[in-house]
Amino acid sequence: MPKLLEVRGLVRRFGGLTAVDGIDLDVAEGEMVSVIGPNGAGKTTLFNLVTGLDHPDDGSVRLAGEDVTGLAPEALARRRVARTFQHGRVFGNLTVMDNVLIGAHTRLKVARPGWPILGAVAELGRALFGVFEPAVEEYALKAEAREILKLFGDRLLPRQDQPAYSLSYANRRRVEIARALALKPRILFLDEPTAGMNPTETNEIMEIVRGLKATGLTIVLIEHKLDMVMRLSDRIVVMDDGARIAEGPPSAVRHDPKVIAAYLGHGSVGGADDRAAGAVAEPRLKAVAGGRA
Amino acid sequence: MTSFLDHTINGLVVGNIYALLAVGLALIFGVSRLINFAHGSVYVVGAYVGLIAVAHLKLPLPLTILAVVVGTGALGILIERVGLRPLAHSVRIAPLLATIGISFVIDQLIQLTFSPDPQALPSLVPDWRFTVGGVTVGALDLVIAGIGVTSAALLYGFLTFTRLGWAVRATAQDRDAARQMGVDVDAVNRAVFAIASALGGLSGLLVGMYYNYISPAMSFQATLKGIVAEVVGGVGNVPGAVVGSLLLGLTESYGIALLGTTYRNLFAFVLLVLILVLKPNGLFASNRQLPPEPMTGTFVAPSRPLKLPASALAGLTVAAFALPLVVTTPYVLQTLSNAWLYAMLGLSLTLVAGTVGQVSLGHAALLAIGGYVSALLAVDLGLPVMLAILAAGLATGAIGTVLVSPAFRLRGHYVSIATLAIGEIVGLVILNWESVTRGPIGVSGIPPIEIAGIPLYSAAATYWFTLAVMVVLALLQAKLLASHLGRTLRAIREDDVAARSHGIALSRYKAIAFGFGGFAAGISGAITAHLYSYINHETFNAQISILALTIVILGGMGNVLGAIVGSVALIGLPELFRITAEYRILIYGIALLLLVRFRPQGLLGTV
Repeated sequence: MPKLLEVRGLVRRFGGLTAVDGIDLDVAEGEMVSVIGPNGAGKTTLFNLVTGLDHPDDGSVRLAGEDVTGLAPEALARRRVARTFQHGRVFGNLTVMDNVLIGAHTRLKVARPGWPILGAVAELGRALFGVFEPAVEEYALKAEAREILKLFGDRLLPRQDQPAYSLSYANRRRVEIARALALKPRILFLDEPTAGMNPTETNEIMEIVRGLKATGLTIVLIEHKLDMVMRLSDRIVVMDDGARIAEGPPSAVRHDPKVIAAYLGHGSVGGADDRAAGAVAEPRLKAVAGGRA
Repeated sequence: MTSFLDHTINGLVVGNIYALLAVGLALIFGVSRLINFAHGSVYVVGAYVGLIAVAHLKLPLPLTILAVVVGTGALGILIERVGLRPLAHSVRIAPLLATIGISFVIDQLIQLTFSPDPQALPSLVPDWRFTVGGVTVGALDLVIAGIGVTSAALLYGFLTFTRLGWAVRATAQDRDAARQMGVDVDAVNRAVFAIASALGGLSGLLVGMYYNYISPAMSFQATLKGIVAEVVGGVGNVPGAVVGSLLLGLTESYGIALLGTTYRNLFAFVLLVLILVLKPNGLFASNRQLPPEPMTGTFVAPSRPLKLPASALAGLTVAAFALPLVVTTPYVLQTLSNAWLYAMLGLSLTLVAGTVGQVSLGHAALLAIGGYVSALLAVDLGLPVMLAILAAGLATGAIGTVLVSPAFRLRGHYVSIATLAIGEIVGLVILNWESVTRGPIGVSGIPPIEIAGIPLYSAAATYWFTLAVMVVLALLQAKLLASHLGRTLRAIREDDVAARSHGIALSRYKAIAFGFGGFAAGISGAITAHLYSYINHETFNAQISILALTIVILGGMGNVLGAIVGSVALIGLPELFRITAEYRILIYGIALLLLVRFRPQGLLGTV
């Protein structure tokens, strides 16, 4: 299978702490991979390194065969890499519609990069004096943005002209996903898209992600809700302490004792030995993961 | 060799004085994440308290020092109470803007009380000197060194051995955690402001004695020097501030020896910009820090802007154009012309500081560039005035963008400091580049504006011309904001990390904003130059930058109509009520303070 994303030996140190310690990660075209692991395992740091927000100390990232290690996030966005953020980073004072349109920024013809400096001058000129072309493009993009908003039922569409700061937390997270989709990504990184959502809302997001997957979109997901992870993923990568401790299809990862230990803490918990911890954890993981499978 | 050592001694003495300023700034930043722009004012107050003590009360040196320490310490507590505490839950840059307002108020009060003229502050230290190995050392040098070392020792003891000192350090590390552990953070802030201000006041006293010269105008430069030293050492790093101060003192001293005194400040600001660009966390810190959470650096309060219907706007415009038919008093028309010129500057700043969130504190430099380019093109090259003005606008857009581009990679407070320094550098280059700018003499005989060969001499003609140019610029800016650039620039302001992740190259769009804004400001400066017929390096000073910022906050950040309303309110009204210049500055300071505290979204709302 052709690999869309190839991560090799990625390392990121913060002072004495190695947050990401030699991670390898392959994602094939159309595949959905979930990255799970306890808090502080390095999942978000991994996302930041792959999407250009942070520079790795070592290792490489290749996208469709091209070396993109250390490229700026805007350069990766132009290669149609999209992401959402763990704590939600919508543009509060922009309307829902404008937020989504920002997602389409890399596709704007009026904003095409062009030559250095001259490209920027040309863009300013088109914005100030352009009459027909920018208006037509804007009109088409807005129609497209409304289609994306429709994915979320009547959650966002009626609120498209409201500023994002006036939305509920769950709606802001939805705006973020809509914004990422407006980029027409070839790979989408979702960092805990359902954090802080209730079960109904979580299910809605899960259905949306399932729908996106069905369209053939490549998705990398960080998520703590194992139910969702187990049901949607083609493959799961488990991280702990910056390293990959397990990888495989949901059915295999679910029973991996290392995974169970990582989720319950290292070694013995409260005097109990590893086996006891595993014995407690296994049914719990099964309950969340396998319950409805 | 001897002179080299003399310069070294001089640099260390001056550095010692800067250290007293910078340590205070670092302490304050450490506990409250605030760059205190009122620190120079405290320093001036220290000098003037010293003047009263020495010249009027005839106190001996120890009592003079005590009076300065107590007086400025109390002032520090007052500043904390007015400028910082009420803004604890405001955006990060709000207290910074508040301290700018406070410094305007203090400086102006000093000026009203003691007159703006410089005065002599007699040194209480006997004027004997001795020579060691060819180096001359004066008694005052030793006193300054002694006070510096003693203050450092006392501060070290306080931070290391007292409970309040521990609380200060705990608060500096993690304010919330300290609060949860029962530390009274307000008391810590109070103590830190008192200590920092006492040190700053002491510095003012020593400088006054060292140069035998004090004036209210020292305030702004002192703030800047303290900030330079602090940034060099790493913002909030107390030992770093001492090292940074000594480095700054030495750099200045050697620089003056090589090139002359008018270059003194140029070294300081170039050093600042270099440090900001190359080592933004100071000389002693690592560069690899992750960007902080969003919405920490800008000054934009969420609000719904007041929207006027197009018909009302058209009506207002027609009324503005018709005004000279009704009101023929030249004074009123001149005042409003001036307001239109400030509105152009306001448009420029509201785009940069409001829409893109880059709070520029050096915006008047763009006026200076525009004014000088247009004046020199018209005077030296004989270019027709209208052409010169247009060329000046374009040149200012380009030059301004290039000059400010090192600051594109900075965020929050650092943008403000960097733009302030870049603005100062522009003024100093104009002062020192005599072959082109005529240096301190300025450019005179700048031809008046003429349209089709007819000079605009009448007040009404000037009014119409400035209004027309302003309206065109405002319409262009409205078009820009309605295009995709409007949302792109605002997205950068809201969250530059998320913006980058969606393909927005920050430098390109900041350059577009500064380019367009520079054009508007350059046109304004150019027209001003032709109206005044004379400009020099002080025509467009730092006070105008702060006034412009007050104008755009008053109108509502990012708000085009707000910039116009703000400048009519702040330029037009005081003039019409015939408020004299000194009181006007006082009013601007108070207005800024009140706005930041009570109406951060301005009159018409942020966009």
